[in-house]
Amino acid sequence: MAIFLNKDSKVIVQGMTGATGMKHTKLMLADGTNIVGGVNPRKAGQSVDIDGTEIPVFGTVAEAIEKTGANVSVLFVPPAFSKAAVVEAIDAEIPLAVVITEGIAVHDSAAFYAYAVSKGNKTRIIGPNCPGLITPGQSNAGIIPGDITKPGRIGLVSKSGTLTYQMMYELRDIGFSSAVGIGGDPVIGTTHIDALAAFEADPDTDLIVMIGEIGGDAEERAADFIKANVTKPVVGYVAGFTAPEGKTMGHAGAIVSGSSGTAAAKKEALEAAGVKVGKTPTETAKLAREILAG
Amino acid sequence: MDLFEYQARDLFAKHDVPVLAGEVIDTPEAARAATERLGGKSVVKAQVKVGGRGKAGGVKLAATPDEAVARATDILGMDIKGHTVHKVMIAETAPEIVEEYYVSFLLDRTNRTFLSIASVEGGMEIEEVAATRPEAVAKTPIDANEGVTPEKAREIVEAAKFPAEVADKIVNVLVTLWKTFIEEDALLVEVNPLAKVASGDVIALDGKVSLDENADFRHPDHEELVDHAAANPLEAAAKEKNLNYVKLDGEVGIIGNGAGLVMSTLDVVAYAGEAHGGVKPANFLDIGGGASAAVMANGLEIILGDPDVKSVFVNVFGGITACDEVANGIVQALQLLADKGEEVTKPLVVRLDGNNAELGRKILSDANHPLVQRVDTMDGAADKAAELAAAK
Repeated sequence: MAIFLNKDSKVIVQGMTGATGMKHTKLMLADGTNIVGGVNPRKAGQSVDIDGTEIPVFGTVAEAIEKTGANVSVLFVPPAFSKAAVVEAIDAEIPLAVVITEGIAVHDSAAFYAYAVSKGNKTRIIGPNCPGLITPGQSNAGIIPGDITKPGRIGLVSKSGTLTYQMMYELRDIGFSSAVGIGGDPVIGTTHIDALAAFEADPDTDLIVMIGEIGGDAEERAADFIKANVTKPVVGYVAGFTAPEGKTMGHAGAIVSGSSGTAAAKKEALEAAGVKVGKTPTETAKLAREILAG
Repeated sequence: MDLFEYQARDLFAKHDVPVLAGEVIDTPEAARAATERLGGKSVVKAQVKVGGRGKAGGVKLAATPDEAVARATDILGMDIKGHTVHKVMIAETAPEIVEEYYVSFLLDRTNRTFLSIASVEGGMEIEEVAATRPEAVAKTPIDANEGVTPEKAREIVEAAKFPAEVADKIVNVLVTLWKTFIEEDALLVEVNPLAKVASGDVIALDGKVSLDENADFRHPDHEELVDHAAANPLEAAAKEKNLNYVKLDGEVGIIGNGAGLVMSTLDVVAYAGEAHGGVKPANFLDIGGGASAAVMANGLEIILGDPDVKSVFVNVFGGITACDEVANGIVQALQLLADKGEEVTKPLVVRLDGNNAELGRKILSDANHPLVQRVDTMDGAADKAAELAAAK
């Protein structure tokens, strides 16, 4: 089972022929990902040899879907061109678009998210500015190192890339059903809540680890969701207790969020929802171990 | 990037939001000519990126050019909540104000869309109005792809219950302000107060704008808005090397990869510091994914150049970043500094895990630098770094 991604996922890579795209396509293939094509209008009809595997390059996402039945796209498109690439993926109605790109302008991500909503949410967007997601032993859509850990029964959802890796490493002997890096940008396609709901419904997940960080109120809302909807044990970690307060400007930010967005406030909200929250990544891993050991 | 009021005023003017005339100066004497250009009287306004300057005495009326010079003399150099005033805006005096409103557009992270906030009760206490009487503050979601059309603006006007006689003028302000928001790639545009004056006109008297630096590729002109003078010298040096660095007030220098891991490292060091005389992290420095030896060397040079730093904690989890590259970077940086004749006396604690960790650890062991020690867990390494900082 796992969430969002499994061995049957057929993955295409938008921006495959760039340096970053090539590097990670190679790594994803090595992790067993079924990569069925790349997309680059200027190289349509060609194919790329990656460690002996011939990957066809298509002109458009729609063509790639038509020819291969692809249902996941991973995007390594530079920030200036990301909006157009995501909009193309949405128009082609690909079920999952994983946007790895860092540094996309917020007006662009807000626009493509709004576009996905206006098209009936047929495309789940993960990211942007995220490491993607991995279902160990089955498929890897993004840049999470595939050799940190093995298949197991922990589900992980995290705003931060390196903390995702750190937590997978801490719990590497137990293993993960899926690990999802949702990204830390102000506008992201898939939230903690979306991943929590999917893990709750996933029979292969016994425990959920949730990693948050300062800013916004996503963790507070996730806490409300957990309280109302999640029966599986959840262990949490929040980074940024000692981070300096952001230079907020004007009054509008505080008025909207209705929350201070501090790590302390997030920890408090999660604990009030019954989530055990660790002080450090190592302590968080220990809490997860204790729960799984019964 | 947060802008000064005068920069916000200029952007508003560029997009036809009604504003008063004004120009920025940085010497008292320049206030004279600026005031003369405005017909002999002006308002002298401190330019600081912090609220509450009016209460702090940073906004004064000047009835004559001489008075403007005197007021500018008072205000330049003034400290407002820790911000030194380096510039003042000499602004046209406002006609008699009848009412003060509030309008803004911003990103609504919670709903992943844009939002309009509007109130007929603007002025200094808008935060309090929002907290105590939320019904006086109208929040209207804006679809990112539809934007603020005149129809949408009218919807906002009705939601906020603006008086009928100013409705058309508010619609115009909202449409032009939205244009500013979109065309400048802003994260926030705020007008407070938006004043109705005796003539019936509506004018943006003060404003705040925050711009999205990720959109700089579309706005080469935004480079001019950067306040180079205000940057901490270490932060400026880091920025020049494309490093994501923030100076803090502790003693343990921090280098890590990935914003989340570095933030977590700050926390872990602060906890560890509680047992070592309360030492704290001295900075935030994220060398990013896939960092090369050169990037590591640049980072280390910045950290070691900070006189507040007593020990350094390098905390890397190799995901894309390869730990052997990081280890090479540390060795090269120390060599580089030695070659420059700079004596390095600060101890380094290094924790490497993940991609090529064994190789990286071996490189450090082989280099056998007297100041570098390896601790292979994050909590253990933080404790060691705090201990070393406290011992100095």
